[in-house]
Amino acid sequence: MVNIGKSVVIKGELSGSEDLTIEGHVEGRIDLKDNVLTIGPNGKIKAEVFAKAVVVLGEVTGNVTASEKVDIRDNGSVDGDIASPRVAIAEGAHFRGSVDMQRAGQKAQAQQAKPNQPQPGQPQQHQPNQPQHQQGQRVGA
Amino acid sequence: MADATRSLTDLFGILGPRRVADAGTAADTSVTNVAEASYPTKALHKFLASLQSNDNPLLLDLGPVVGSNVTFFGEQLGCRLRVEDLAKDIDRHVKDNTIEQLPEFFTKRFKEAAGTVDGILCWDLLDYLDRPAAQALATALSSLLRPDGCLLGFFSTANSPETVYTKYVVVDESTLRYRTYPASRPRQRSLLNGDIIKLFKDLRVTDSFLMKSKVREMLFRKPAPRT
Repeated sequence: MVNIGKSVVIKGELSGSEDLTIEGHVEGRIDLKDNVLTIGPNGKIKAEVFAKAVVVLGEVTGNVTASEKVDIRDNGSVDGDIASPRVAIAEGAHFRGSVDMQRAGQKAQAQQAKPNQPQPGQPQQHQPNQPQHQQGQRVGA
Repeated sequence: MADATRSLTDLFGILGPRRVADAGTAADTSVTNVAEASYPTKALHKFLASLQSNDNPLLLDLGPVVGSNVTFFGEQLGCRLRVEDLAKDIDRHVKDNTIEQLPEFFTKRFKEAAGTVDGILCWDLLDYLDRPAAQALATALSSLLRPDGCLLGFFSTANSPETVYTKYVVVDESTLRYRTYPASRPRQRSLLNGDIIKLFKDLRVTDSFLMKSKVREMLFRKPAPRT
């Protein structure tokens, strides 16, 4: 686990293969495709974010793409579009933008249908010829 | 006729569940102006069913951000969800004393291209608008829907003196929790069934339910173009 402290300001591209917690300021792009990114309560991000999972307790301005989950906690703020199969937004969190939670199964089908667009976690185009969802899926909280 | 309708509505109201204070006492409600109660819904299930055959549908939610709703619709539909809190827009226009500009505002409000949205959760926002603004919003929403797209609208059948909005929190496909919070203007005059149909003249009413909560739940569908 790596920590970027409150007084640190980074401009540019940030990438790595460890879980990362940011309490400082980052502008540009953050790429942690196989790891967890945590934006701490003091963290301020103006960046395109790609990670396995993103936990937001601070402020994010920019699009967030996660292959597993985006979790905006109480007092966390995201101003941008989110693409992830699971999204949790706590009461008291701020969010402005769109959420794309295309199902993992759908995503795999979409990628098979469109091999030239293998962008995990990114919004997929509508596939009119794909098979419909199975009947009898769980419905309800 | 109107009196008869009102009597029936009142009867439903008596049978409906009581509103309970969030923190458990009526005194708390008066201080915080926050209350909530759970009510059954019949239209939500049909709304979901109409979208479940679409791959990655685009859903527009015109209410405030409710985290559990985002999770619910995402898990149920695998959708792209855009939350556009129109109550904030109404509040801003009231505060700036520009409420008469709302009709023009709604014609330019949405970024989505015409005919690209699969479903719209309009909730009860039209209740807070006067006729020109309601018509402008209804026309804009009708235009956004793709053919066969669905719109879910709630319409109060009783005038309420409370100046509150309602957050509709999805408990499950047949239950909603109504959570009120302060608004800058009260509901305007209740819309009659015919008025609602005229507002959405480009859409077809597929279902209409008068609920015990004095809310009429209506589901609209945009007809596919004739070939």
